[in-house]
Amino acid sequence: MSAGAGHITLQQVEKRFAEGLLALRDVSLRVGEGEFVALLGPSGCGKSTVLRLVAGLDTPTHGTVDAPALRGGGTSTAFVFQEPTLMPWANLFDNVWLPLRLAGVSRAQADESVRTMLGSVGLGDFEQAYPAELSGGMKMRASIARALVTQPRVLLMDEPFAALDEITRSRLNADLLAWWTLRRLSVLFVTHSVYEAVFLSQRVLVMSPRPGRVMAEVVVDQPYPRDPAFRTSAAYVSACREVSDSLEAAMSGTRP
Amino acid sequence: MSPRLLPALTLAALVLGWEALVRLAHIPAYTLPAPSLVAQTLWQNFPSLASSWWFTLKITFGALALACAGGVAIAAVFALSRRIELAFFPVAVLLQVTPIVAIAPLILIYVESTTAALLLCAWIVAFFPILSNTVLGLRAADPNLRDLFHLYGATPWQRLRLLLMPSALPYFLAGLKISGGLSLIGAVTAEMVAGAAGRETGLASRILEASFRTETPKMFAALALLVATGVLIFWTFNALSRRLLGPWHASERL
Repeated sequence: MSAGAGHITLQQVEKRFAEGLLALRDVSLRVGEGEFVALLGPSGCGKSTVLRLVAGLDTPTHGTVDAPALRGGGTSTAFVFQEPTLMPWANLFDNVWLPLRLAGVSRAQADESVRTMLGSVGLGDFEQAYPAELSGGMKMRASIARALVTQPRVLLMDEPFAALDEITRSRLNADLLAWWTLRRLSVLFVTHSVYEAVFLSQRVLVMSPRPGRVMAEVVVDQPYPRDPAFRTSAAYVSACREVSDSLEAAMSGTRP
Repeated sequence: MSPRLLPALTLAALVLGWEALVRLAHIPAYTLPAPSLVAQTLWQNFPSLASSWWFTLKITFGALALACAGGVAIAAVFALSRRIELAFFPVAVLLQVTPIVAIAPLILIYVESTTAALLLCAWIVAFFPILSNTVLGLRAADPNLRDLFHLYGATPWQRLRLLLMPSALPYFLAGLKISGGLSLIGAVTAEMVAGAAGRETGLASRILEASFRTETPKMFAALALLVATGVLIFWTFNALSRRLLGPWHASERL
């Protein structure tokens, strides 16, 4: 099993924090190589904890986690937070250069990939701009550029568009799918929006309130590319209904 | 009206009012010298005042440099170990809350060289704002960015250089602005306590000397140099802060 492979497996994972709070109970899930999976649940259900475990930022109290970050792939995993989390003191070029820089890649060596990456997220003219000079949507694009610049096998996204307005959000959803189609990396996308989960992913995993566990799985068997028309299709509406029902059931603690 | 013009005009008006008051009310020079007389005294005594000024500047900036080095080094140690911080922070507070005039005589007893004693006094006054601000700044790094550095396997040096130091910079500079003024106060206060002695003396000694001889204009001349020094320090660090933080930090934007 090479570190380059992008699959993720969690088996019977439990996470109890030092304060005694049980965040996750018996979570099992799998994200296949190149798959786009959404993790949906109410706030506080431990969705973010799952991402942290997959990124190796935290360790489970029970169970096993298998992911590229834990198989020794330093830049195989990228993380996008709810906030853009850019370094305010650095311009966009330096922000996007950061993961490569930490891996020992010099500015000159990184120059081409950083410029190309900024260009592909539509920020080609903003290399020298500081984060404070940009809109929320632009900052999030820069954050995604930084995540993708290392050519990761796994992209972990923690409600990345939750703080953005509806228009920016749906544009970024469409762009994200375009980038994913191009690269076919594995994506684990945490969200609390049913519509976003269905629009983006191949599978939606529905979590229960804390202590979180995966209560249902809804397969969104629709082809890509998904254009805005998909949002009004019958297939989309029925998938949304199915996910909503599962979420409803998960909230009351019953499996559908 | 430009934002620089208004304070300049206010200052000019105050000086002119002072000059007018002294002339019209016939106030004797040993009570309150006119600004013109102060300027004249400053000009005539400049060679001897300049050497004292130079001495005060050396103590001030020497103490400030040591305060930066010491404050940042101690802050780094505190940031690395919560336990050490808990143990030693109260000591730093004790040094900070004790009035410097009260401990200066002791320091003058224990430290042989007057220059070293003055440096130490000014350092004690100046280092605390830098220490406490830098500790705060090192802790203020965005937790998500910390995670990101961890995820990408950053070395401790990379973490310090690329994350902690830039995060702490605005806090450090805020401390530096305070400490700059304090180190001048510390240098002058300590010299006041030490009294005029030794080969080299600073502006505080000149003020004391002049006061013994009731040379009021000379006192004002020395005072003018101290004020100029304080203003210069303030401007320098404001400019430095604007230059370093201007493009990105909220405190220096607009």
